[in-house]
Amino acid sequence: MSRVYNRYKQRNVADETTADIDRKHREAVSGFDTSADAPAPVRGTPLVEVDSLSVAFGRGKSRIRAVEDVSFNVGHGEAIGLVGESGCGKSTLVRSMVRLESPTAGSIRFEGRDLSTLKGEDSRHFRTQSQMIFQDPYGSLNPRLQVGLAIREVLTVHHRGSRKQRPSMVSSLLESVGLDSRYADRYPHEFSGGQRQRIGIARALAVQPRLLIADEPVSALDVSVQVQILNLLKDLQRDHKLTILFVAHDLAVVRYLCSRILVMYLGRIVETAGAGPLYSRPMHPYTKALMSAVPDVSKSLEKRKTGKGRIIVEGDVPSLSTSFKGCPFQARCLFSQERCSEEAPLLREVRAGHYAACHYAEDLMSISA
Amino acid sequence: MPRRRLSRGTHTTRSTSAGFPVTIFRVTAEGTRDTLVEVRNLCITLGKKSRPVKVVDGVTLTLRPGETVALVGESGCGKSLTALAMARLLPSPPARCESGEIIFDGKNVLAMSETELQSLRGNEISYVFQEPASSLNPVFTVGNQVGEAIRLHRPRTNVESEVVSLLRLVGIPDPETRRKAYPHQLSGGMQQRVMIAMALACRPRVLVADEPTTALDVTIQAQILDLLVRLQKELGMAILLITHNLGLVADIAHELNVMYAGRIVESGPAVEVLTNPTHPYTQALLNAVPRLEGTRGRLRGIPGTVPNPRSLPGGCRFHPRCEKRTDVCSDREPEQDRLGSSHWVTCHNWNE
Repeated sequence: MSRVYNRYKQRNVADETTADIDRKHREAVSGFDTSADAPAPVRGTPLVEVDSLSVAFGRGKSRIRAVEDVSFNVGHGEAIGLVGESGCGKSTLVRSMVRLESPTAGSIRFEGRDLSTLKGEDSRHFRTQSQMIFQDPYGSLNPRLQVGLAIREVLTVHHRGSRKQRPSMVSSLLESVGLDSRYADRYPHEFSGGQRQRIGIARALAVQPRLLIADEPVSALDVSVQVQILNLLKDLQRDHKLTILFVAHDLAVVRYLCSRILVMYLGRIVETAGAGPLYSRPMHPYTKALMSAVPDVSKSLEKRKTGKGRIIVEGDVPSLSTSFKGCPFQARCLFSQERCSEEAPLLREVRAGHYAACHYAEDLMSISA
Repeated sequence: MPRRRLSRGTHTTRSTSAGFPVTIFRVTAEGTRDTLVEVRNLCITLGKKSRPVKVVDGVTLTLRPGETVALVGESGCGKSLTALAMARLLPSPPARCESGEIIFDGKNVLAMSETELQSLRGNEISYVFQEPASSLNPVFTVGNQVGEAIRLHRPRTNVESEVVSLLRLVGIPDPETRRKAYPHQLSGGMQQRVMIAMALACRPRVLVADEPTTALDVTIQAQILDLLVRLQKELGMAILLITHNLGLVADIAHELNVMYAGRIVESGPAVEVLTNPTHPYTQALLNAVPRLEGTRGRLRGIPGTVPNPRSLPGGCRFHPRCEKRTDVCSDREPEQDRLGSSHWVTCHNWNE
């Protein structure tokens, strides 16, 4: 209740229109170059190579295998979507990509260099190269720090600019995400959710990263604000050649931003393909179910007309510590066969560029989603 | 003390799939549908009496048994306050119902005494909130919490068996053991099921679901929606669904009310409003949602932000953000126009 009331109190900051914000942001973006002191990439190598990565916590019976034998590449300037339910290990995966978790097996190479071997100055340099923005814009900003100082702290730690230059760098960062530079001396509580998310993005951009990892950045936002943040990320990707790894559970949102999608279930990648083929012809039953579950206006209206129901996956995501034989999705799968409980399906290329980990991917493709 | 109902009405009793006897308020002769709750011209203000800020202004809603009415709008538009006002749960101060009426089954909720309200809340109207994890008490078992309303409103019932049948009704597996679990031992989807079981404990006639699935995964969201639809069919409740997700509305709502800055700007049958959105705000909201089949080009979103209720723009409240605005929009407030039998829109230029 008081939360509702507080929202009204907080709303006193910005009454400027998004058109203004959008314009300012465009102006500022053109003068802001991310690729300034980054070394030229080796031709042909992807920006990030994840190779049979496994991350596990704990030991014995309660061992949690959060990420299990995951491999994929992220190309320069690409926008990749990582989709899955909560508890499927997607946050652990992206956290290990910024060295917030260390892998138990496998490796992650950033511009061809193994992350686990980075030391000292190299390690510090890497931390400027990949940055993260988080889901909860309320929890990820220090409530007692003016937002300008929160951004300046990043610059100080990484020795960007001189003491005198930093305030103007902060201003231009704020403008690059569509905020007024006068907001630098305000506190987080004075901003709305969407504005806080913009501050989070400005802070991530402060060190001019090559890779931006966005962990559910719009899930906590209103639809109208959600679009603004998505458009901002889209512009950053286009204008700065920024590589984005976008984590979400809403397939419709991911489709808007990303050109390639990874679908994750129980620590494994179960399907990956370009956005077009994945959405028109999902091959894994889990992807099909996820798509059917998204409340989509036009699809729902059609369903009401035809009286056709949605595919509802029964049960919750099993705990990552449970051991099982065969396919991880088998217990909740509508199409599961005997073979599924015995033999674990491998991620294989079913059609060109379209990988799925299902024994019956070819059969499923023909069933309309 | 026997369980108090506000009116006798035409109740019939039958058993549901879970062996759960319910009293159903019958929908009378076709065409003339019973009205269960009527909110008329509700105005809610916040802040000091000397300087009130009107946050809900002239909202009118009708809930009927077995129907789902959706209330849609951006955060801060007053939709949650409207819902809380229905059982007089507004935090007062700072919130006050300045004018208007809320008629629940013939009685004005705003004029009820504290005792009457006690028998209304949790009994006739109950709520399901957005975040199950913060709505449940972490130090009591879920069974204890589900049983609370039963102990309060329905003495002389076997609480234990009732709790088990409620948990079974909302689809919690193995309810005999699960009732002894603490909230942290359950997943988000299960916690929300517990919240729904709590809300259904006294077979309310009105269920207010305030963003019931926003905190949940899409697959779990689909399960919870399915559950709500099933329970509504079985128990004949009226549901007030508060959300900002138009996809949910398209899925389960019968009626849709679009709210902006404290006012309802468009209302009507959900399917009709969504296929034929007339108010520029409704259109903008629909255009802001990324679609599964892909969106050509850039989503537009809605320019600007929700206005501060302290300084609302003159004339139509949406005009600074509206693409169809003309001079008249800033001068004069638009009147409600009728489009179809029950499709209303409040806009000067809807037919331009």
